[in-house]
Amino acid sequence: MHPLSNAILLFVILLNFSLLGSSRLAACIKLVAIQGAGLALLPVLMHGWTFHGVILLAGAFLLKGLFIPWLLFRALRQVQIRREIEPRIGYITTLMLGALTTAGAFLFADSLPLLAEHQRSLIIPVSLSTLASGFLMLITRRKAITQVLGYLMFENGIFIFGILLAEAMPLMIEAGVLLDMLVATFVMGIVVNHINNEFSTINTEQLSLLRE
Amino acid sequence: MLLYAIILAPLLFALGAALLPADRHRPKLLPTAAFIHLIFVFQAISTTPTTSGEYLGLDALSRLILLVVSLLFAAIAVYALGYFRQHRGWSNRTFIACLLIFLGVMSLATMARHLGLVWVAVEATTLVSAPLIYYNHNRFSIEATWKYLLLGSVGIALAMLGIFFMGYAGLQGAGKGILQFDYMLAAAPSYSKPWLRAGFVFLLVGFGTKMGLAPLHTWKPDAYGEAPGLVGGLLAGGLTSVAFLAILRAMQIMAAAGELQLARQALLSLGVCSLLFAALFVIRQRDIKRMLAYSSVEHMGLLAIGVSIGGTATFGAMFHIMNNALTKGVLFMAAGNIHRFYGSKKVCEMQGSLSVLPLSSALFLVGFLAITGSPPFGPFLSEFTMLRGMVEEGHYLLAGVVLLLLAMVFVGMSSTVLPATMGPPLEKPPDADAFRDSFLTTASPLVLLAVVLCLGVWLPAPLRDLFTQAASLLEVKP
Repeated sequence: MHPLSNAILLFVILLNFSLLGSSRLAACIKLVAIQGAGLALLPVLMHGWTFHGVILLAGAFLLKGLFIPWLLFRALRQVQIRREIEPRIGYITTLMLGALTTAGAFLFADSLPLLAEHQRSLIIPVSLSTLASGFLMLITRRKAITQVLGYLMFENGIFIFGILLAEAMPLMIEAGVLLDMLVATFVMGIVVNHINNEFSTINTEQLSLLRE
Repeated sequence: MLLYAIILAPLLFALGAALLPADRHRPKLLPTAAFIHLIFVFQAISTTPTTSGEYLGLDALSRLILLVVSLLFAAIAVYALGYFRQHRGWSNRTFIACLLIFLGVMSLATMARHLGLVWVAVEATTLVSAPLIYYNHNRFSIEATWKYLLLGSVGIALAMLGIFFMGYAGLQGAGKGILQFDYMLAAAPSYSKPWLRAGFVFLLVGFGTKMGLAPLHTWKPDAYGEAPGLVGGLLAGGLTSVAFLAILRAMQIMAAAGELQLARQALLSLGVCSLLFAALFVIRQRDIKRMLAYSSVEHMGLLAIGVSIGGTATFGAMFHIMNNALTKGVLFMAAGNIHRFYGSKKVCEMQGSLSVLPLSSALFLVGFLAITGSPPFGPFLSEFTMLRGMVEEGHYLLAGVVLLLLAMVFVGMSSTVLPATMGPPLEKPPDADAFRDSFLTTASPLVLLAVVLCLGVWLPAPLRDLFTQAASLLEVKP
């Protein structure tokens, strides 16, 4: 286990907390971009500088670090919104919940039946805590664009877990997964823009016309 | 080669649709692509087991789903010609390109032999169907699209986690973390059981969201309600079957690992839950398309229950996949016609449609009878087979509960369908002249209904063999 990879994983947790506590949308997009770019380094640090690893590094870095944030910034410019005002649950509470789930993730990971070489690794707990933070973002925020960010964090959490299997994943499939994520962000960006045009806001509680 | 052609042909036509400048001629690409696809599919199905490398292959389950998807798409493509004739002024470039890509990625999902590839294809279906649901460009459809996109994507992300868990289970056994399906089946007995179980649960939740099993179905009424009728038909008949196939793949691995019992219990509980939700929500439903969405939840539940019982019931479930898909096609196309005639899908605004829009309303009415399991249509036979399977396996209580819930759905749906179609017609709506039953808008639901009727009366031997083979894949190999 490379010492740098542990540093990155701890950094990812810090980013999770700053995302949960931050209201400025532009800052949030940047934080998610940094998180994605940092995670892109992990496969090569864990499995060595193979051809496969380098391609994955380049692809994930370009997509998660540059292209997806660019798409989100474009969507943000179109809707002209700066801040997430009044989330469903306050920032302090979300941060506390985030801390609780992270602690829970570390405790829970200890009791999982892991392989010997993953026994003390940070990968599983960080993956679980990022999943939980992404989920918290998804359910506590009102703006459509923050929900997209929550989804991306969620994907990052899955990416961390996937690193354990990175050697067995064919490159073609990984490329497909990354492409899907890109298209997903693209389509969501367009939909966010249409929500804004239709309702003059991207608060998703406006989306409550369809009820039983 | 043929397998690649099945995927690439629709994608090439999609490219053509995107490049073609004239809106007027673009709809013609749909039936062309659909029938080429159908010919390829027939050819692939009639030849003996085909595989193409380690990523693509056709086993009995893939054959069944591929056939269903291709048939349904062909019918809907012809209907779409009539549909676009009515929508002259609208740009159809994105819509038609997305429809064709949708067909391509659904075919990919049915033939994929690698769980990662299955995931990629199913996620792609979510993304290309979002613009299809948004076609009407209004407040309601944007809300439905957003819910569909977000719930679908998060759900499917959970499925990815489930797939990774299964891979990790293999890392602890002899699996090396490889996600190639045949390899996984062979190595499954050595898998770590806790991770495999966790993986199955996540996979079930993820693809179950896509399939619309209660309580993960919340996007369904909105998406089916707001999407154009032909899209609703494709989602309810095609996409749900594809998502079901993904769950069946996970079930095959569980069976190979000797964990079939758990998989069956999980599916059974979701299935009964779906039937219950559908029975409760379909009552007093004032919107015909939302009613169809709950009917779809009901039938997904039936499929889940069928495969969770095993034996005869699994055969019934395989049969039911086809019946449900084709009947849903009829219903959504007919509902689309009625919706366009009245400019509304509320029951209170369309009473007595049978006397003003006779053919579409008759199709809707007969389709309703078929989907609720009235003889002599196909769904009656497949539902009856499933019930017989339950009794054979000694699940008398379950059979009783299912029968009761089916009866509730029948009563609930008839309280919506009968007022909508029967009785004296309302005052003529202001734009009633804009739409009339025509050959293009009624021929394909009529043909599909004839097929459903035929399946109920006489099941051809090749189809019976296909269902038997598909069902046998889901049993534990001795």
